[in-house]
Amino acid sequence: MALKLPIYMDYHATTPVDPRVLDAMLPYFTEHFGNAASRSHRFGWEAEEAVAVGRERIARLVNAEKPEEIVFTSGASESNNLALKGVAEFYRDKGRHIVTTRVEHKAVLDSCKRLEKQGFEVTYLEVRKDGRVDPDAVKAALRPDTVLVSVMLANNEIGAIMPIGDIGRLCKERGVLFHVDAVQGIGKTEFDVREMGVDLASITAHKIYGPKGVGALYVRRSKPRVRLAGQIDGGGHERGMRSGTLNVPAIVGFGKACELLTEGWRDEARRLAGLRDRLWARFQAELDEVYLNGPPCGPLRLPNNLNVSFAFVEGEGLMMAIKDVAVSSGSACTSASLEPSYVLRAVGVDEELAHTSIRFGLGRFNTDEEVAFVADLVIGKVKRLRELSPLYEMAREGIDLKSIQWAAH
Amino acid sequence: MAYSNKVVEHAENPRNVGTLDKDDPTVGTGLVGAPACGDVMRLQIKVTDAGVIEDARFKTFGCGSAIASSSLATEWLKGRSLDDAEKIRNTDIVEELSLPPVKIHCSVLAEDAIKAAIEDFRRKQRARRGEAG
Repeated sequence: MALKLPIYMDYHATTPVDPRVLDAMLPYFTEHFGNAASRSHRFGWEAEEAVAVGRERIARLVNAEKPEEIVFTSGASESNNLALKGVAEFYRDKGRHIVTTRVEHKAVLDSCKRLEKQGFEVTYLEVRKDGRVDPDAVKAALRPDTVLVSVMLANNEIGAIMPIGDIGRLCKERGVLFHVDAVQGIGKTEFDVREMGVDLASITAHKIYGPKGVGALYVRRSKPRVRLAGQIDGGGHERGMRSGTLNVPAIVGFGKACELLTEGWRDEARRLAGLRDRLWARFQAELDEVYLNGPPCGPLRLPNNLNVSFAFVEGEGLMMAIKDVAVSSGSACTSASLEPSYVLRAVGVDEELAHTSIRFGLGRFNTDEEVAFVADLVIGKVKRLRELSPLYEMAREGIDLKSIQWAAH
Repeated sequence: MAYSNKVVEHAENPRNVGTLDKDDPTVGTGLVGAPACGDVMRLQIKVTDAGVIEDARFKTFGCGSAIASSSLATEWLKGRSLDDAEKIRNTDIVEELSLPPVKIHCSVLAEDAIKAAIEDFRRKQRARRGEAG
């Protein structure tokens, strides 16, 4: 089969809707369009029933005890905001200290920043070179007034899988609530809220082949019963935790996407790891000076994640050269801020190499042929751009680039 | 961000990539930027006795706009006198390549590289005259 270009390899950013998910959703736009909160007629009952099925499927994927522990939101940014601000507000008389890590998503970090302005104290833990936070560091950070620990299941840039079970256990021992931003890890690595002692968990549909605009917050109802101050006032939907008419078609799709993963995530993870490993093996075999950012390709890394620094070739320049492949870069140039990736900095990747990093995010619809094509293309373009790179030439002449007095600009 | 056609064209077919002998007294070399900032440009000019740039070469570590800015700079430099070369402004590059605001620093770097190469050439000439005198 001929390759179709461009090739999408940015599945950490978002995923296409799986056709089976779309099929499940379609009747709920036109035929069964009712408001799930309408209790007085069949349109409402149908919608309510569809939402119940979706909730149940999502609950099963994270192994929640009851479907009612799933609260629907507009996406994971809202789920993270609700978890942090909702818990902080509700428990503010109990304590005002929160523990998180430096490599969380901005929706967590910026929620923490806002809480700091409101009088909370936040400890931002460093991570190790492999991107994982040390559970002992979490333990050491806990104080009598700590109300919440928030750690991601897996990092979106370097794919590091965090020791969630270990952190959950120590939070239980200390009676501290534990929130997990599970967006990137769900359906790619083990996640079980009961087994791992998780009290709140954020997930979103569009990273798992569901639609954009719907997410969920798992909120534990027993041992302990977690309370939250709702952040959106209105009709009191979702037991007061999140007012707003439910997005029924999206919830149906979200549920279907979760069902597909509950059945098949292990096989899918194995296949993706195979594709990823082949890509990395090609780069290592055919290029010099390539560096893996994050944990080794193995059980501590998301199976679909490859983050590589191609030394002496700037990331955005490379992305332009491989414009038939959609990937992303930790280079400053790709963002409006011109700040290099804070995640790469947190794991000790120096700025020179951060500027040369490319993130490949593989997914359900990538094929062996695509991986071979991308490997050929990237290897060819890296070689060409190195011929264009004064740094590569200097390094080959034996000049130590660090010995040069560069003028920062 | 979408690139202008001219940026894409220069980045895909960069003009005058290469290296001149930096120890040649008729060659001026400008090396500007920093790896930690994500842009390094090396621009070299070869100048005739009459003070005309007969060749210009570059190598750039950077994004597509940085590569395009330096490629364009070498095109403009060839055949110009040093005095004319000094008149190239970053805003000329911005205009020619339709660079967006976030990429203006690439054009600034190219202007700096031109100036640095001319300065290096003149310094060499002064040193030579000094030796002769």
